[in-house]
Amino acid sequence: MSRVRVLVGTKKGAFVLTSDGARKNWEVSGPHFAGWEMYHLKGSPADPNRIYASQTSGWFGQVMQRSNDGGTTWEAVGNKFAYEGTPGTHQWYDGTPHPWEFKRVWHVEPSLTDPDTVYAGVEDAAMFKSTDGGQNWQELAGLRGHGTGSSWAPGAGGLGLHTILLDPSNPQRMFIAISAAGAFRTDDGGVSWKAINRGLRSQYIPDPEAEVGHCVHRIAMHPSRPNTLFMQKHWDVLRTDDAGDNWREVSGNLPTDFGFVVDVHAHDPETVYVVPIKSDSEHFPLEGQLRVFRSRTGGEEWEPLTAGLPQRDCYVNVLRDAMAVDTLEKCGIYFGTTGGQVYASSDAGDNWTPIVSTLPPVYSVEVQTLP
Amino acid sequence: MAHVVQAGGGPRVVRVELPFHLRTLARVQGEVAVEVTGLVTLGAVLDALERLYPVLQGTIRDHDTLKRRAFLRFFACQDDVSLESADYVLPDAVAAGAEPLMVVGALAGG
Repeated sequence: MSRVRVLVGTKKGAFVLTSDGARKNWEVSGPHFAGWEMYHLKGSPADPNRIYASQTSGWFGQVMQRSNDGGTTWEAVGNKFAYEGTPGTHQWYDGTPHPWEFKRVWHVEPSLTDPDTVYAGVEDAAMFKSTDGGQNWQELAGLRGHGTGSSWAPGAGGLGLHTILLDPSNPQRMFIAISAAGAFRTDDGGVSWKAINRGLRSQYIPDPEAEVGHCVHRIAMHPSRPNTLFMQKHWDVLRTDDAGDNWREVSGNLPTDFGFVVDVHAHDPETVYVVPIKSDSEHFPLEGQLRVFRSRTGGEEWEPLTAGLPQRDCYVNVLRDAMAVDTLEKCGIYFGTTGGQVYASSDAGDNWTPIVSTLPPVYSVEVQTLP
Repeated sequence: MAHVVQAGGGPRVVRVELPFHLRTLARVQGEVAVEVTGLVTLGAVLDALERLYPVLQGTIRDHDTLKRRAFLRFFACQDDVSLESADYVLPDAVAAGAEPLMVVGALAGG
């Protein structure tokens, strides 16, 4: 029978939640790296026992961890993230030039085929690659150097590269997203990049339709349709069907289209999930009701999913890396909250149950479906 | 604190007290002891510490500039030596192993 392993990064450590395919009884392991901020953990699709984790601290900086046994034991690997050449400047909040400074790793993305190859999205926004299991990291400098890098400005949470999507049909193609620069694509394995933000409209920047400057919160892809991406922007939910060359809004009947997460059903590329958040000033659900919204039509038409979720007095947030899906026959959906809950649905969102309820604020959730 | 220039001789064993999270990271308990050849300077002790525990590289000082991380302080014989240069010669009591060099995390955060 298949098993599921949920990797949870929190403000005060990492947790590994495991269950059989029924997804009713869960074992909780952790906290791993207790007291450290665990921004993200993710397993290698090529070797599920290989897991990478970003461990950070305002005091002690960045540490990278690697597990070769599914998260039971860990070893620290390389933590030197040096920008290529002279780093230059990006824009600061007030529009003045600000030197590029490495702060932390927001997201790790293991290669689809090689357990020793892994990408890291970092703040200040840049992408790094390791081909030796995380011991050494090299910047894919063409991203920052593609032409608009000096105009990128941080969002309220920092200038972070938070999303990395690998195209399973084309190893040379990757998509990334940066707050608050936007989405970018490479078609040559990360050497050169282009901004892919046409169709985004952001009222809060000087030119609402600028090439860059959009606060993209998250993008998601179904592996069978790598040219179709879904985006949760600061405001607006969008989709593209031409690999980002053109986007269109699909917020439709959402009660608010602000939010952070977006993800796609494992078996139906037109079924999409978001968690609407009231506004950019009030980072909690509307009316204290935690609702996941599901579209079975690739956007536009959305239905609220509430069974098992708190429908009063709920004022948590769901951060951008805190939703994931498993690939079991009945697709499981998972998300974590800043209130320390990790909710799971084993029926594609119809019903929800908290796996854990009292963890530290959840930064990230990833799921591994194991044989 | 005034100190005298240390006399020559062989390697010295210097005690270093690390904050909880760095002890956990280095997988040590209590103080650690590092061997320093030549003058027992702040930089020489940190170099020796990072050689013995490579996992600490980048967690106390920047990898390249070797600049102290902002929320860490160094104390020797109850004196704050955080702002001293890497060439700062630590007090004889530290060089002799009678007192530890203390690496302390700032009291801040939630």
